[in-house]
Amino acid sequence: MLAGKADMIARLQQDILLLQGFKPAPVEQAGQGPLGLLGAAFPNGCFPVAAIHEFCCGGMEAAAATCGFIAGIVSALMKNGPALWISPAPGIYPPALKFFGIEPHRILFAEIAKEQHARWAMEEALKCGGLSAVVAEIREFSFTESRRFQLAVEHSDVTGFIVRHKPKNLATTAVTRWQVTPLAGSSTSLPGLGFPRWNVELLKVRNGKPGSWPIEWNRGRFRFVQQPAKLAPLPLRKIG
Amino acid sequence: MTKRFISIWFPYLSTDRYALRDPALHHTAFVLRAASHGRMLVTAANAIARSKGVYPGMALADARAFLPSLRAFDDQPGVNEKLLHRMAEWCIRFTPAAAVDLPDGIILDASGCAHLWGGEEAYLRGMLQRFSQKGFQAKMAMADTIGAAWAMARFGNQAIIRSGTHIEAIKPLPPAALRIDTATAERLHKLGLQQIADLLPMQRKALRRRFGPLIIQRINQAAGTEQEFMDPVIPAEPYQERLPCLEPVSRIEGIEIALQRLLASLCTRLSNEGKGLRAAVFRCYRIDGKMVETSIGTSSASANQSHLFRLFSLKLSALAPGPGIELFVLEAPKTEDYVAAQEPFWKGSATVKDQRIAELVDRIAGKTGKASIHRYLPDEHYWPERAVRKVSTLQEEPVTEWRLDRPRPLQVLPLPEPIDVTAPIPDYPPMLFRHRGKLHRVVRADGPERIEQEWWIQEGQHRDYYAVEDEQGCRYWLFRSGHYDAEKTYRWFIHGYFP
Repeated sequence: MLAGKADMIARLQQDILLLQGFKPAPVEQAGQGPLGLLGAAFPNGCFPVAAIHEFCCGGMEAAAATCGFIAGIVSALMKNGPALWISPAPGIYPPALKFFGIEPHRILFAEIAKEQHARWAMEEALKCGGLSAVVAEIREFSFTESRRFQLAVEHSDVTGFIVRHKPKNLATTAVTRWQVTPLAGSSTSLPGLGFPRWNVELLKVRNGKPGSWPIEWNRGRFRFVQQPAKLAPLPLRKIG
Repeated sequence: MTKRFISIWFPYLSTDRYALRDPALHHTAFVLRAASHGRMLVTAANAIARSKGVYPGMALADARAFLPSLRAFDDQPGVNEKLLHRMAEWCIRFTPAAAVDLPDGIILDASGCAHLWGGEEAYLRGMLQRFSQKGFQAKMAMADTIGAAWAMARFGNQAIIRSGTHIEAIKPLPPAALRIDTATAERLHKLGLQQIADLLPMQRKALRRRFGPLIIQRINQAAGTEQEFMDPVIPAEPYQERLPCLEPVSRIEGIEIALQRLLASLCTRLSNEGKGLRAAVFRCYRIDGKMVETSIGTSSASANQSHLFRLFSLKLSALAPGPGIELFVLEAPKTEDYVAAQEPFWKGSATVKDQRIAELVDRIAGKTGKASIHRYLPDEHYWPERAVRKVSTLQEEPVTEWRLDRPRPLQVLPLPEPIDVTAPIPDYPPMLFRHRGKLHRVVRADGPERIEQEWWIQEGQHRDYYAVEDEQGCRYWLFRSGHYDAEKTYRWFIHGYFP
């Protein structure tokens, strides 16, 4: 009897999610896909594609970390088609995308200085079914515009990522809001930089559980950071 | 009805073309030259040079020996053909069928045309006058057959051969007038056959055995017993559609309807011919005599009406109709062969060549400028600024692999910014650095990676790159430009941010 009730609740929850625009994950993708690592935090147990994700950051270092994290997610999405990257000025260095498993020539770069035009281009791109993902560096957009973005992706199955530098307006319909900051330390005791690692905070997620995780990009996939090891000091010799 | 043909001969075609560009050449002897077997040969000489004994085919050095003031210019091969083609297209005003007769003539089929120009004399005179006004000396003849007209234009002195008398007229001409090769003409001359009249009574069988089948064909063609076909030029029709209006149009709805109609007919024509347009101009002629226009460009050839209309509709509001528009003209100045897009076999395996993406690129480029959207391909340079190449087409594929063996930052600064650094020597990474007033203490580092200047492109100092991490875990790409030296010409810079 109890099991029957749980079943019914789960089914009802599925229906509600479907009404809210979350499509159920294909069976083979559950727990896999982009960011399968954090599956439990998301509705339906998988990273919501065909949705808008918002990333807040301040400063160039955090922006680089955020773009790296997004590149890792986009690389998994780009099996379905090329991606568009909208930025106000040239900043991304394409050869580095290869380290995140992206063929850089499959990304279109749009440099649009005017925010109003960038938002227009974002909406046009989200309507274009041939793309798999759209990344835009837009600082501000209104609640209405975020709803237009959401309506566009529900038709086209494109996933949108918006990187916002020190945003003011936080009332948007984005499914998730993230903050990615660089993380100190290295998981190996070897000298040198090691894998890119970040502290990933999921500030807001609709129908999911927010949280904070230390994550690194390790040989082509995201992994949780192992406990940091002691680092041997650099052999330095001061002269003069 | 008897056929009438005109053969036009330009004895000084190449030199007239040069003299048009520089009128001073009309009064000097000059030739065109081309290298052949290690010497310079005269390929064309103007009338003054010819009167002094310079002929095409002679060595330029010989000509200069007796005419030291002779000027010479390089001959450009292929230009005469294009010029003759344009002239033949221009001649369509005289007759509907005009053909190029290489190397230096034009043939017109003038059957039934002359009476429109006031008789054959006036017809030819007008033609000759037009050519001389344009700066080309021409000689022409009109006859019942192409062969006879050709012979008379080059070797005779009679402009009009009356209908039916062409065989009589060409009889006194030399055999070279039959359009045979020079070797055969010389042999005939040696044998004492000085005139076409000498050839005509001969047995055809004997002529064929000695001189080949061509001479028989030429005699028959000149006499009119064998039909000769010409290959008339067909002028390229511009991709242009016009829509005149009875009443002036001044509302945006009216302009949109006009544009839709013009696009429909233009796209139908383009797709029937297997073409697509790359650029289009929409011109509106207003009743006050002014003209307003707007233009679009596409990233790949397109004949898709709705897509082109969307590109235009972004710009239509900028058209000022003023008191009203009475004529709409849509023109495609740039077209390309259109390769029909293949439907993807598996849905979802889209590439950058997808039609939908090409249309998206057009829309964004139409709104924010063509330079704003592009892709990057790897380029074979180590210098970081030159390691990628911007391309604006969606078709181009990379020829080399993207490199993975060196660390590269995800975010780069447009220009490296100078930083203050404390670094142990000789070649250790910095211990701390100050950038934009903030002090960073370096905890971990990789490097150095030395990248030399490509001296064949740019002079300057090499760079020693380090990837460093500070106490907060932020990662930077720093470099020292140049060696440590006594003059302190080296400097440190920050170039990018690792994720």
